[in-house]
Amino acid sequence: MFDIVYQYLPYPLAYSLIILIKIVLLVVPLMVAVAYYTLAERKIIGFMQIRIGPNRVNLSIIPGLNLLRGFGQPIADAFKLMFKEIIIPTNANRYLFVIAPTLSIAPALAAWAVIPFSETLWVANINAGLLYILAMTSLGVYGILIAGWASNSKYAFLSTMRFAAQIVSYEIAMGFSLVGVLMAAGSLNLSEIVAAQQGSVFHWFWIPLFPLLMIYFISGVAETNRSPFDVAEGESEIVAGFHVEYSGMLFAAFFLAEYANMILVAALTTLLFLGGWLSPFQGMGVLEQWTAWIPAPFWMFAKMSIFMLLFLWFRATFPRYRYDQIMRLGWKVFIPITLVWIVVVGLFILAQLPPWFDSTPITTALASR
Amino acid sequence: MPEIRNYTLNFGPQHPAAHGVLRLILELDGEVVERADPHIGLLHRGTEKLAETKPFNQNVPYMDRLDYVSMMCNEHAYVMAVEKLLNIEVPIRAQYIRVLFDEITRILNHLLWIGAHALDVGAMTVFLYAFREREDLMDCYEAASGARLHAAYYRPGGVYRDLPDHMSQYKPSQWHNAKEVEKLNANRQGSLLDFIEEFTRRFPKYIDEYETLLTDNRIWKQRTIGIGVVTPERALQLGFTGPMLRGSGIAWDLRKKQPYEVYDRLDFAIPIGKEGDSYDRYLVRMEEMRQSNRIMQQCVEWLRNNPGPVILQDHKIAPPKRETMKEDMEALIHHFKLFSEGYCVPEGEVYAAVEHPKGEFGIYLVSDGANKPYRLKIRAPGFAHLSALDEMSRGHMLADVVAIIGTQDIVFGEIDR
Repeated sequence: MFDIVYQYLPYPLAYSLIILIKIVLLVVPLMVAVAYYTLAERKIIGFMQIRIGPNRVNLSIIPGLNLLRGFGQPIADAFKLMFKEIIIPTNANRYLFVIAPTLSIAPALAAWAVIPFSETLWVANINAGLLYILAMTSLGVYGILIAGWASNSKYAFLSTMRFAAQIVSYEIAMGFSLVGVLMAAGSLNLSEIVAAQQGSVFHWFWIPLFPLLMIYFISGVAETNRSPFDVAEGESEIVAGFHVEYSGMLFAAFFLAEYANMILVAALTTLLFLGGWLSPFQGMGVLEQWTAWIPAPFWMFAKMSIFMLLFLWFRATFPRYRYDQIMRLGWKVFIPITLVWIVVVGLFILAQLPPWFDSTPITTALASR
Repeated sequence: MPEIRNYTLNFGPQHPAAHGVLRLILELDGEVVERADPHIGLLHRGTEKLAETKPFNQNVPYMDRLDYVSMMCNEHAYVMAVEKLLNIEVPIRAQYIRVLFDEITRILNHLLWIGAHALDVGAMTVFLYAFREREDLMDCYEAASGARLHAAYYRPGGVYRDLPDHMSQYKPSQWHNAKEVEKLNANRQGSLLDFIEEFTRRFPKYIDEYETLLTDNRIWKQRTIGIGVVTPERALQLGFTGPMLRGSGIAWDLRKKQPYEVYDRLDFAIPIGKEGDSYDRYLVRMEEMRQSNRIMQQCVEWLRNNPGPVILQDHKIAPPKRETMKEDMEALIHHFKLFSEGYCVPEGEVYAAVEHPKGEFGIYLVSDGANKPYRLKIRAPGFAHLSALDEMSRGHMLADVVAIIGTQDIVFGEIDR
């Protein structure tokens, strides 16, 4: 597809150009998705709460025909935030204050580089993809820590302390549940993890790794600072937490980072536990034939949207945990469960439990020994 | 070695959980509250002093603005005090109407409370569910008095007017077409009483809806059980009343203990808590809504079968009908006198209290025989509750302070007056 570029340009230039094009092709739809995810959130939660949600900003070309009421809302919001004054508090540390949103959004976007949407659709296919994602999502913490510190506000500072503690404890549970996946798939490369789940809906890792799926997703909710774990934002306690002093585009950057991270968690859960872009009807005869025309990314997005909906559903349903209760849940419930389940997965692998563990790289290596 | 100091946090008055204009100075050790110092007075409007400058019958609207989420109950305490001073008996139908609207008000208040409390604890859906029902009850207010919030419906001697025979209807608009409007108007075809009766039939299901979201929710329980515990003895010492006192297990309710109006003829129960924590107070208030619903049903039943006057026929106290005013000289004079000078009230002092949704709301009224109160003292239940905030939140975490403010059901209109 990019052969023409290689023909007319020297190799390093062509290579960089292609990477750049790929990044644009990834980030632009991602930003649009984030924008419309916010609209979806407001609409869906609106319906759950028997109200309408945004319905004033139209995208309709024909006046009077209002089929897409509210669909211009994200664009209007973006414009508002762009033209809003950025207020930097007098006693804030200017440089850190401005740099913090960047530090928050950059890793959130960078992590997307290794996410494959189908067998051939990705920006980078690196061996340690999973580790890279763990590293990137952990880097996002700095943005929030620095934001809370640089704001020089007591609310922001409290929020920062809460967030740091929360991230540290949930990163462990998250890491352990990833260890389970890594053992099952025998690879850190996301494409290979998906490839290891070939088969049908019953071959995916969600069955043998069900507790890990739960913990991974719940930790993901905690990691992205969403309800019911949104103590760092804690609307009714510490007002808006770390971004209480931010306005305009600096605030928007935090906002975008949060939503990009939410979609990322949904994508990862899909890749690691639900077979990524694999069709659920694989190996099901007629059903497979009938659905063969559906492109692979469709399945990926369909599965992602389930988890994206869950994020919103949680928000509409649950009260907020208290800070110490979150800690307790993380350390005393999630980490022990993951530890136990890692051992169980190990036993599964040793027993070469079909259909999941009879032909993975590890089991074949074990068998050939 | 560096000096270790507590973290002082200025909580409010501009804070989403401050329920208006509460300013709390919190002394935190990490997240743990060492001291919570409420500062009040930011909504002080001098109601007590203003009341001294207005004739007795013109003070009613000030009462609406005290606890602005349970308007008619405030009025009730005031008109009861004036009636006690005047030594008059209110027509029985007016008493039933008052009880009906007291209970509507109780539900209104508890709905706002459950919404705000759940929002403070982080569950936002209940808030919007509660507002759906508040809308209907506000319509009842509107149908009876013409105003949705500050009704000024109770008057010394009865109520302003009888319940209307028809409800106002929605009209088709740009946003609702004729078909949708028909659906909206479905339960508005009959009288106000029909509307209320229809509401009382569906309301228990709505309470179940809130309870599904909260009562057995593990997070809700973790956030409310054992938070802000008040022992029965301490609750009495602190001057708690209403659900705050009943949550601690003391069955004190003025509607039962000192029945006013027609409460002694009605069948209802007083729920009490056991542990005295936020969760018990939550359960008490939920059950109170169900009981209020029962009282409303009984009132509707009685009001349907017993027509009669709703205000005193003594035109020295209650204004004559507008139509008679156009023909009858005497009526015109009465009207003029009542709305300019008011009436003089015998010398003396009284205390009248009602079981307000938040607790005992009392009016202490001193008259020197003039047409204006000599002194009006308002006993606001929220004031006693807020004074206990420090004691209740000490040793809890910051997030619990918010939950405790929520469970106290604080409204600044009555605390700051």
